[in-house]
Amino acid sequence: MPDLSHRRADFPILHQQVGGHPLIYLDSAASSQKPRQVIDALVRYYERDNANVHRGLHELSNRATEQFEAVRAKVARFIGAASADEVIFTRGTTEGVNLVAQVWASHFLRPGDVIVSTGMEHHSNLVPWQLAAERCGAVVKYVPVLEDGTLDLAALRALLEEGSVKLLTCVHVSNSLGTINPVAQICAWARALGITTLVDGAQAVGHMPVDVQAIGCDFYVFSGHKICAPTGIGVLYGRAEVLANMPPWHGGGEMIDSVTLEGSTYKQAPARFEAGTPDIAGVIGLGAAIDYLEGIGIEVIHAHGQELIQATLQKLQTVPGLRVLGPPPPVQRGSLAAFSLACAHPHDLVEYANTKGLALRGGHHCTQPLMRRFGVVGTSRASFYLYNTHAEADRLVEVLHQAVKFFS
Amino acid sequence: MAAEDAALRDLYQQVILDHSRHPRNQGRLDGPDCHHARGHNPACGDEVEVWLKTGPQGQIEDIRFEGQGCAISQASASLMTLALKGASPEAARRLMADFHALVTGASAVGDAEALGNLLALEGVQKFPQRIKCATLAWHAAEQALNQGTQNGRSS
Repeated sequence: MPDLSHRRADFPILHQQVGGHPLIYLDSAASSQKPRQVIDALVRYYERDNANVHRGLHELSNRATEQFEAVRAKVARFIGAASADEVIFTRGTTEGVNLVAQVWASHFLRPGDVIVSTGMEHHSNLVPWQLAAERCGAVVKYVPVLEDGTLDLAALRALLEEGSVKLLTCVHVSNSLGTINPVAQICAWARALGITTLVDGAQAVGHMPVDVQAIGCDFYVFSGHKICAPTGIGVLYGRAEVLANMPPWHGGGEMIDSVTLEGSTYKQAPARFEAGTPDIAGVIGLGAAIDYLEGIGIEVIHAHGQELIQATLQKLQTVPGLRVLGPPPPVQRGSLAAFSLACAHPHDLVEYANTKGLALRGGHHCTQPLMRRFGVVGTSRASFYLYNTHAEADRLVEVLHQAVKFFS
Repeated sequence: MAAEDAALRDLYQQVILDHSRHPRNQGRLDGPDCHHARGHNPACGDEVEVWLKTGPQGQIEDIRFEGQGCAISQASASLMTLALKGASPEAARRLMADFHALVTGASAVGDAEALGNLLALEGVQKFPQRIKCATLAWHAAEQALNQGTQNGRSS
């Protein structure tokens, strides 16, 4: 297993005590911590280069613009996009989905059209489609989740072939199950039927190699804050041909070609979808985060996450009354485990763990339909990133054993 | 006992663990003088439903609850049913106000004696995120009681 423990020194926040214990941060699937390199990039930007982008002729504006656009090219390379023009900066995954669900859906969906989604989507890749369907008179149909936490691919295929399906939306890595969906296969089926595809990569990017062209999706969305970048910045990848046929979203500065009182014309993507002053610092931070991750190597981070989660799943089996959702080992999964404990509700367990310095997530993880599917009100979740260690996983298991004694 | 265990024991007193493991007055009520309301905590998805049966003077003759939730919300609901059973609407409202004061610490508790075992939930004060857990069933009970007393007035 790749030893990344020396990287912990890069994350100032990790070196503190919570409740008299060393902090063990196991909530990176909700939001990751930030390395010094990213924090320094933000400080450097604000102390040296801060100015608005694209519209100034002065030195600072030139510097800011240059750095800002360099990150767009960096993101394109990072996710395997054909061109930087296919990278649209958003506030995060949620905004990316909403942009497509509003602009693309309003333009292309007709009454009776079908959107195919799955039973394991995060609310942010579920509710925008319900809203879009309501607006357009379309229908959302859901691919069932099997007992082992994988999608019913036969049902998915049958749904796609029912006809009237205009869009398929699917999570790459489930935030509750850890399931890694075969998105390249799914998108190939959809593409053959002329169905537009969106993949939610919030839990995939930064954890495993992602190549949007290899996946063959039309849209791919992710958030910066889950991959060591600041909050408030995210990416919507859109295939050039698809973006070219989409009307603008927000109107404002930056997205226009020319404006008269009678009407306006608009720039092409990506500017067309980026009205107003963007989160420039956030973009600079995202660039620094990608540099940081690539400095380690995404393959190395992936191997580390796989090793850690598989070892943890084995150890979790020793905890009485504990049930892990999602694919059983040794099936590859995202580096997270959501579980229920017979003797304690997730809130009680997370509260307990918190007093031992552990940061877990407890609740429905914004996947209420999935929780219902598995007959639980919620689960507790431990999620890892590059800075987590085997010693921390051992401590988690130890605290779970203590919690069982406390609550039984 | 380590310091954090003391804090935990403060939150999870024995009476709370007992009531969360063995909730009293679980179930539903059905009939002409039965009122029902539902409490939902969107933050965690927990739900508690409360049924109460009111007598001729509006007193709470019987009260039941159903739902799933954490130890705090289940114990609070269970203890609440014991405390509210037989109470007049006025006494029930006083108890609701006192319970709210107890767990939020926002105001002084009027009648601590009436709270009885519910005093075990005072520890919630130190865990602000859990106040909603503790008050979930109480909000539902208050709504159900309001229905009961409104119907009582109109009939």
